[in-house]
Amino acid sequence: MTQTADLIVIGGGIHGSSTALYAALRGMSVIVIEKDTVARHASGVNAGGVRRLGRHLAEVPLSQHSMEIWYGLQDMLGADCGFQIAPQIKVAETEEELDRHRERVQTLNRMGFYHETILDQAQVRHYLPAVADHVVGGLASLRDGFAQPFWTTTSIARKAAQEGVVFKEGERVLGLKRETDWTVTTDQGTYQATKVLNAAGAWAGALAGSLGEYAPVEAIAPMMIVTARLPKFCDAVVGATGRPLSFKQMPNGTVVIGGGRRGRADTATNKSEMLFPELRNTAATAMDIFPIMRGATIVRSWSGVEGRMPDDIPVLGASAKHEGLYHSFGFSAHGFQMGPGTGEMMAGLIATGATQFDLSAFAIDRFTAE
Amino acid sequence: MTQLSPMQPTKVDVAVIGAGPAGMAAAVTASKAGLSVALLDEGQSLGGQIYRNIEHGTPFRDGILGPDYVAGRSLAESLRASDVTYLPRTSVWNISTDNMLDLSRDGSSSQLIADKIIVATGAVERPSPMPGWTLAGVTTVGALQILLKASGVVQEDAVLVGSGPLMWLVAAQMISAGTPPKAIVETTPKGRMAQAMPHILKALKGHRYLTKGLSMMRQVRGAGVPIYNAATDIRINGHEIAESVTFVSKGKEHTIRSSHIALHQGVVPNQQVTRLLRCDHKWDASQHCFRPVLDGQGKTSVPDVYVAGDGAGIGGAKSAALMGRLVALAIAQEKGKAAPERVYRLQAALASDGAVRPFLEAMYAPAPQFVKPAKETIVCRCEEVTAGAIEDAVDLGAPGPNQVKSFLRSGMGPCQGRVCGLVVSSIIAERRKASMDETGYYRIRPPLKPIPLSELANFQPLEVAQK
Repeated sequence: MTQTADLIVIGGGIHGSSTALYAALRGMSVIVIEKDTVARHASGVNAGGVRRLGRHLAEVPLSQHSMEIWYGLQDMLGADCGFQIAPQIKVAETEEELDRHRERVQTLNRMGFYHETILDQAQVRHYLPAVADHVVGGLASLRDGFAQPFWTTTSIARKAAQEGVVFKEGERVLGLKRETDWTVTTDQGTYQATKVLNAAGAWAGALAGSLGEYAPVEAIAPMMIVTARLPKFCDAVVGATGRPLSFKQMPNGTVVIGGGRRGRADTATNKSEMLFPELRNTAATAMDIFPIMRGATIVRSWSGVEGRMPDDIPVLGASAKHEGLYHSFGFSAHGFQMGPGTGEMMAGLIATGATQFDLSAFAIDRFTAE
Repeated sequence: MTQLSPMQPTKVDVAVIGAGPAGMAAAVTASKAGLSVALLDEGQSLGGQIYRNIEHGTPFRDGILGPDYVAGRSLAESLRASDVTYLPRTSVWNISTDNMLDLSRDGSSSQLIADKIIVATGAVERPSPMPGWTLAGVTTVGALQILLKASGVVQEDAVLVGSGPLMWLVAAQMISAGTPPKAIVETTPKGRMAQAMPHILKALKGHRYLTKGLSMMRQVRGAGVPIYNAATDIRINGHEIAESVTFVSKGKEHTIRSSHIALHQGVVPNQQVTRLLRCDHKWDASQHCFRPVLDGQGKTSVPDVYVAGDGAGIGGAKSAALMGRLVALAIAQEKGKAAPERVYRLQAALASDGAVRPFLEAMYAPAPQFVKPAKETIVCRCEEVTAGAIEDAVDLGAPGPNQVKSFLRSGMGPCQGRVCGLVVSSIIAERRKASMDETGYYRIRPPLKPIPLSELANFQPLEVAQK
């Protein structure tokens, strides 16, 4: 029997789930189809940074909008997402790096955004007492934060389900076609809706391609390593400027280290794999910036499958080719913070056909097949 | 920078992980067949757990540990006489899908490529979750035996709580060493003998084991050690340090004072390496554990990966060595080498050695208290997660151990779920009324053993082209 809805969302990650939630709040009937389980991939296993700091300029307005939602998200969901407000700081190891940060702050100010500020050497020490002596300053967004990605995404999905969204987990989309409405065929049934959202993450490029829209999504596997518990020494989420590093001491004392380097990702098998030689420099950077880390021990690591676009910003908005088809994918390993705001924006776009945000930088037809 | 030791090869035909009976036998056989072999082991010396410290025996210690222990010495001697490259103090902390092993040895990490990998990492003790088991002074019967084998030291005043052949063996060894346990609290439920009887005829083919078992029990009873049967409602009391153990036996509550409580519920395959490699596993309802799915020659579902010994399912030291030889022969054959011995003889010996198992498995299956611990019992010791919290996470919608892990951090501590994994899966299965195969097990992530961050910074990967 064919089930019908106003909107079918393909992909139960944070973007699919939050769009489903906000669409339901607008009164739409929604079915989410997820081939694995909600939050199984990048949305559940990312480093949990809720970061506006250092974003691509095109993403800043949407990221800012999302941040406003984050501050009230746990109340709205009635759930603990492990969200805490905390500074995000990119430390500068040279004057030249600090100068680049100064230029960025001026650019943002001209755009009307004031969340990023320069920290001088004394200020960076105030926020990061354990930072190495050679650090000269930093760029900070003081009211960013971090959260538990799995708790957050599953809480959003749970709230969506309470609002009437139907989640079909363990069901794989085989194909979709449009006559008057969209028909989505899965390995377990068929569904019909007037609108379809492609929020399939690393798998979204193949889905778009099956509909004749070119989107060069690369499956990547960001890697994270976790240390045994250390005494509390850092409240902020820290990155470096000239070399890849993301660094966060969790409330329980463990330190999560990631940054840039990638393992192996395989979208056919859902598997990702650590490549430890790629983490040598990351380990060295962590010890350089926080000397206390010289005594740390790695107890665990993880990686997940994420979709990356060649220009490192997502595909967002209406299809360039099909009516009633929308895309929200390719967040290139920094989509977690944008989840709530993007979901709210996309639900509005899908429901009304319009949004206040300028999505031109995110259009799917910015890519052309060779 | 530390240079690679000249002893350490960078590429071998066969890497064997674990130098217990299975690993030693596999390594020697593969080497005899003309293959290049590296034997990697965390320990200081050959033997694994069962033959720990086997090359440094004294007549006194040999006397305590008995002839089944001493039998391991010839295996170690044959290993020493072979061309196998034996790397002690070496922990394999990751294996990637291109058969690249990441190793830590004497504080520095390097890599080794192997055409074939034999996982011979043996068994671990089944967890015995109960109230108070995280207190200081609570240990396992296996740990007491390690102490005895490694340094000839026997814990005084110990109370053994649990069931299974190893507990009786260690009790007998403690008596031989002149330091009997203070008491034995036996947890085998009533009626187990009736359940085990259908297997007795088969077990009689392995009568040597039955005779040995009965004589150990006689020795323990004869030494006057108090034995409490079919104990239930067991809890360990104390603040930070164990002070006593309380339980019910024959309808009566008992409390025994001791600050050394050793628990045991039998042994199960150590799954860490085969899970890391994502080999298929299946629940064994007789052994009450997961075991890797193997073909008749020890080959897993993952190409080039084999398992020999207790890691394939519990069979004991003798079976482990036989299986090690069989697996090595299968690899030799695949690589076009002439087999140095007959496969069918080994298979017959393996079948005969395993005859006693179904009886023991029915007799010593874990008691319900350990499969479904009481709500307030801490299950994941590293992150202090209770059985009740796991049930609540299941009620919130977590369908399996990996989702429960994401909710509660169970299995995320330094032990990586080695201790709690089976219990967490069984609690979830019970709660969801699902089978153990449906429920599954933790995904195991590297590093298998903690490594210093500074060691990762100085990691020396192979620069050679990957195979």
